[in-house]
Amino acid sequence: MSMSLLRLLGRRAGSAPVARERLQILLAHERSQRGQPDLLGILREEILAVVSRHVKLDPDKVLVKMDRGKSMSTLEVDIELPNGFDQLVRTRLPDHQLA
Amino acid sequence: MAKVLVVTSGKGGVGKTTSTAALGAALAQSGERVVVVDFDVGLRNLDLVMGAERRVVFDLINVVQGVAKLSQALIRDKRLENLWLLPASQTRDKDALTDEGVRRIIAELRTRFDWVICDSPAGIERGATLAMRYADEAVIVTNPEVSSVRDSDRIIGMLDSKTARAERGEQVSKHVLITRYDSGRASRGEMLSIDDILDILATPLLGIIPESQDVLRASNVGSPVTLNNAASAPARAYIDAARRLNGETVAMMVPVERKRFMDRLLGRRAA
Repeated sequence: MSMSLLRLLGRRAGSAPVARERLQILLAHERSQRGQPDLLGILREEILAVVSRHVKLDPDKVLVKMDRGKSMSTLEVDIELPNGFDQLVRTRLPDHQLA
Repeated sequence: MAKVLVVTSGKGGVGKTTSTAALGAALAQSGERVVVVDFDVGLRNLDLVMGAERRVVFDLINVVQGVAKLSQALIRDKRLENLWLLPASQTRDKDALTDEGVRRIIAELRTRFDWVICDSPAGIERGATLAMRYADEAVIVTNPEVSSVRDSDRIIGMLDSKTARAERGEQVSKHVLITRYDSGRASRGEMLSIDDILDILATPLLGIIPESQDVLRASNVGSPVTLNNAASAPARAYIDAARRLNGETVAMMVPVERKRFMDRLLGRRAA
């Protein structure tokens, strides 16, 4: 009952305030990024480079997600590793130590 | 002193070409010598909106490449003798437009006209950056809609960094022109309001063009809306905007469509 009432009021208030708030958050971020290097891109590249030094990665099994909030943002790097990957690591380690 | 004005937006379909034609014609009607230049290489349309599509022989690229002289490519408007059009090329070779070529043509147009109005293509690629490159002033055409406002913000950033003026440490004088505005929907909170947009873009307002059938009607017949029906709501708004460009102080208002009784009765929207 109260939910539908809120929804009714919300509809009457219109969606423009939501548009305004979303734009303000987005543009504050985009303006600060102008002329800056793409930090998210660099982080993704470097994290993957470090991991793939030890484990052979399937590029399709790597998910990178970004969520920008008002006061905090999160960068989520999700790498799916095949079972037995630690065996692979052990066999690959000597190579790595040589290099 | 000639002024070079770019009409730009980032987003497509917001009314750059319509606004270029309408402002150009309004300025010409007030006695200014005006040329409107189409920078949309490959997708020219200013000729069509101006009703000059059957008179195009040479174009901007021909002049850049030295195939034609500027005087051969300029098309004089049939209704206003001090309004001219420099059409874009329909060939797809966008690289034919060079920075040096554009600089040369704009410099030459400055000696012949009071206003050089550059109709920018959508996007932020070469065509759009060259259209704004030598501008003194910019009209940023914005619809009251999130994607348009975001792209306008991006374009404002480019005007402040990528233009010849910006590189000399000077400012391009920027104005926001809000088009397709529906005051009823804005007052009901269904559409971003003028204050919302100006607040977000922090750029002065040149005018508010109401959503209107007259805009489509004018482009259908190939006439700038300010010439086709000067008494219509959008034409009056464009004429006021042109006066502001010319330095006049004109009170800002949203000209309203006078709805016919039957339309109101049937709830038809002006679209």
